[in-house]
Amino acid sequence: MFSEALDKKANEIIARYPVKRSALLPLLHLVQNEENQITKEGMRYVAKKVGVEMNDVFEVLTFYTMYFTEPIGTHHIQLCRTISCYLRGAEEIREHLEKRLGIKPGQRTADGRFRLSEVECLGSCCTAPMFQINFDYHENLTPEKVDQILDSLP
Amino acid sequence: MELKILTKRFGLPNSTSIETYLAHEGYQGLQKTLKEFTPDQVIDEVKKSALRGRGGAGFPTGLKWSFVPKQSPKPKYVVCNADESEPGTCKDRPLMEYDPHQLVEGMAIAGYALGSKRGYIYIRGEYMYIVPILEKAIDEARAKGYLGKNICGSDFEFDLFVHPGAGAYICGEETALLNSLEGLRGHPRIKPPFPAVAGLYGCPTVVNNVETFTAVPHIIMKGGDWYRGLGTEKSGGSKMFSVSGHVNKPGNYEVPMGYPLMQLINEECGGVWKGRKLKAVIPGGSSVYIMTAQECENATLDYEGMVKAGSSVGSGGVIVMDETTDIFETTYNLIHFYNHESCGWCTPCREGTDWLHKLFKKIHRGEGTTEDLRMIERLCPNIEGRSHCPLGEAAVWPITSAMKKFPEDFRRRVREVEPVAAD
Ligand SMILES: Cc1cc2nc3c(=O)[nH]c(=O)nc-3n(C[C@H](O)[C@H](O)[C@H](O)COP(=O)(O)O)c2cc1C
Ligand code: SF4
Ligand code: FES
Repeated sequence: MFSEALDKKANEIIARYPVKRSALLPLLHLVQNEENQITKEGMRYVAKKVGVEMNDVFEVLTFYTMYFTEPIGTHHIQLCRTISCYLRGAEEIREHLEKRLGIKPGQRTADGRFRLSEVECLGSCCTAPMFQINFDYHENLTPEKVDQILDSLP
Repeated sequence: MELKILTKRFGLPNSTSIETYLAHEGYQGLQKTLKEFTPDQVIDEVKKSALRGRGGAGFPTGLKWSFVPKQSPKPKYVVCNADESEPGTCKDRPLMEYDPHQLVEGMAIAGYALGSKRGYIYIRGEYMYIVPILEKAIDEARAKGYLGKNICGSDFEFDLFVHPGAGAYICGEETALLNSLEGLRGHPRIKPPFPAVAGLYGCPTVVNNVETFTAVPHIIMKGGDWYRGLGTEKSGGSKMFSVSGHVNKPGNYEVPMGYPLMQLINEECGGVWKGRKLKAVIPGGSSVYIMTAQECENATLDYEGMVKAGSSVGSGGVIVMDETTDIFETTYNLIHFYNHESCGWCTPCREGTDWLHKLFKKIHRGEGTTEDLRMIERLCPNIEGRSHCPLGEAAVWPITSAMKKFPEDFRRRVREVEPVAAD
């Protein structure tokens, strides 16, 4: 069950649209932030809130890269691999991350602390190479800077 | 020389607050609009300014606004495209992060011109940290009477909401964006009907890029002729260019339209890094033709100038590559992108980008032959012009232009074989 506070927030979001279904993506973010993934319960809740079938929710969420139906992990490192970052050394950063974390892109560490993803351009091309950890941007990366950032994480 | 119009408030302390905005000409464009302009006069002023869409296609903004049927009994919507996902482009992000009120004001003026009461800012989900910045600006504007009912004491009503996407390049295409905003998968719609006639919920809708809206208050305040005069006859005003890649000072620079490309690279960006020579530039985000160093020499950054120089302004993402760059590898990087971002709706793009990606991968591994290059050349025209939305072309143009302009980078990666089949 989701909290009353979350339900209140959900109602607020739904009220922004003349058609409830428009709230689908924002509500999926809401339940994912709560549970670190989108569970069946999350899908059922969202479906009920916006008045569609669970199938519809599943159909939509699988289209978008930011939704996960398995635990994301505490720190989701999303390394940009696209051209501007590639030109400034994104591959070196990836190799460094792979070595340090012992995982490949698409994998999660056994303790669930880190997930590594290679993603496409994050709109940070002039401060490349870069990654996002959860929703925080980390820019102008070097292997040393990556170590500092990871060392400072809880 | 940079020309700070859209970016002029960036360095101010507390630049996101309404107090700062009001102390620096904020909401004066909206006030002037409501006092002195009819909706049609706003559209005329924007037409006069020669403002063209900054999202990539460069469509004249005033003309687009004039397509909205005024008589329609349906509600009308103003939608801001803040999906910014075109590789090499990162200009909408600072425009929202540092001066959110400028966007709010631009959208409110558009709302007045179009007879709309409601707007949405569709922002890419990865920019989640900007959502509270925009929402705070919207709340402040409501509290001070620049949004909501009876704006500035008039009978104009307009309200604004932020809508986060969830990771999909294709949702930057305006009709895919509208589907996404309706809570659907982000597949593009068939055009026509264009959104101006049947957009969000089937109602007349104007979709414009962040940067396009932010230019509007300035056009109203100082006049369309003034704005046009900053740039060239057909490309009015100033524009943000995101310069990335192999330059000494990558960054966002606002310059007048028509500014020389090489001056931007050499003066604003401090030249090509490490004392190296220029090899190539992709000047308008990844979806435009690549340019050789020679083509860059006399290129000017306006819509006509860039076409003359062999490419286009696109979204203004200038990707600079030095002499050590392997153009096969950068093209491989991009086909990976387009293959990943193909929404899968139509066969030429879904299958074509997949096939192209596999061929590039094979060549990258050192297993390619001249036949593979020929296959790539045969595949491209089967995607271009045959796909449901422009992503198909966007995937092909970087490849065909790179193979034509830098053939050596491709040829030396493959083994010569006898052609196996005739075309
Ligand atoms: C595949 C694709 C991706 C696009 N991505 C964006 C984008 O991220 N931001 C944007 O403003 N326009 C994007 N566009 C252009 C939009 O479809 C549309 O032309 C634009 O939002 C109109 O606004 P403007 O006239 O102010 O540029 C994209 C187009 C295509 C075909
Ligand atoms: S061209 Fe590509 S992105 Fe566009 S509709 Fe077809 S499959 Fe989707
Ligand atoms: S290419 Fe990496 S952020 Fe744009």
